[in-house]
Amino acid sequence: MIEAELSRSVQRWCPGATGVAGVARLSGGASQETWRFDIAHPDGVIGAILRRAPKGYGAAPTRAAGLAAEAQLMQLAFEAGVPSPRVMHVLVPDDDLGTGFVMQRVEGETIARKILRDDEFAAARPHLARQIGAVLAGLHRLPQDRLPELRHMTAAKEISDFERDYRSLDWPKPVFELALRWLRDHDPGPSAEETLVHGDFRNGNLIIGADGVRAVLDWELAHLGDPMEDLGWVCVNSWRFGEIDKPAGGFGSREELFAGYESAGRKCDPSRVKFWEVMGTLRWGIMCGGMMQRFREGPDHSMERAMIGRRASETEIDLLRLLAPRGS
Amino acid sequence: MQDEPTPIELTKSVADFLRHDIAPLISGHQAFKLRVAVNILDLVTRQLTREEGSDAAEVERLRALLGMDGSVTELNRALAERIAKGEVDLATPGLAEHLWAATMDKLAVDQPNYASYKRELGRNP
Repeated sequence: MIEAELSRSVQRWCPGATGVAGVARLSGGASQETWRFDIAHPDGVIGAILRRAPKGYGAAPTRAAGLAAEAQLMQLAFEAGVPSPRVMHVLVPDDDLGTGFVMQRVEGETIARKILRDDEFAAARPHLARQIGAVLAGLHRLPQDRLPELRHMTAAKEISDFERDYRSLDWPKPVFELALRWLRDHDPGPSAEETLVHGDFRNGNLIIGADGVRAVLDWELAHLGDPMEDLGWVCVNSWRFGEIDKPAGGFGSREELFAGYESAGRKCDPSRVKFWEVMGTLRWGIMCGGMMQRFREGPDHSMERAMIGRRASETEIDLLRLLAPRGS
Repeated sequence: MQDEPTPIELTKSVADFLRHDIAPLISGHQAFKLRVAVNILDLVTRQLTREEGSDAAEVERLRALLGMDGSVTELNRALAERIAKGEVDLATPGLAEHLWAATMDKLAVDQPNYASYKRELGRNP
């Protein structure tokens, strides 16, 4: 348990705090953990979240920006008015909690199927496609001179990364080969404009309340690149959670998403968005293959991981619907 | 030849037991894990039921498409290589039909409730 360390930590950086309560692990793998807890304070309880890599798990995987960068990005987003939790503290060695940060807890729902079906969100739903467009526009406009060190990505580099990941699985999939060829043939080239790209902006990584989007989470795949990548990824069919006729996260149409983005003063390129949707569909398919491999070889021999391996075929049907649609 | 009940019948009986007798007794994370377990058994049952027929049909199509013989794995590997090399593409007669048929057979086992699959099932190819 980390209650004692957390209690000492908050008393150092949160003036007036007397300790913590209700410490509970939320999710995450071995290398990255999320905890919720309450900071006891004479003015009232403060809800908080800890994101951390425990000691000995400092090294981030190559694609991840790292927790320090994530904290910096969330704080920057918060200051710019992009819905984001306020970062309260970045861990230091004295905290004895590993690396990571503490942020203010934002109440709301992240489970996509609930957001798409529960009555509580019925009033917000018709506005969400437009709203996430506007949120993305704000995110893409974050000042580049204040961003942490991030990797630069282009479509060509993503394609070769995915091809390498896919070949390393030794998992021959004709539909994935077809998608790789299509991507190479349709690569629109480097974007005229390079911006911050969130990298995993989708239904499931957003905190949503009855009033709409309250926070954007999971910034660990942030990088610099083509802003249209984020718009394509949010449209990947797997993130529509069954609402397949509402491409923008299951919330609404592409047109609404684009209108929201453009109303916030940024331009959309629908053909690039389509390209990134194909890329994103393949990306999720290869990630499912990675899950299968980790289930087989890795320490996480869980049933959930095994079953995600069996979700690769959903991306095959979605790739075919994109690249070789059948008549009605 | 092995005796009966068949693996399909056996797997189904375990899934039914977990679903009807155990699921009502537990809650929380354990209940979530149990649902995943039942889903796995249901998937295995679907695969055992369908695999022989769908593999035979797939081999048949791949032989015609590739002009060669082999196991379903070998033929898939060969097709993947030819697509990678650009020797076969969507303009090749029979490729799109084959990929659609093979993919529909996979979804029927992996996720028969996946919305794209249900939509395509209702379409005349």
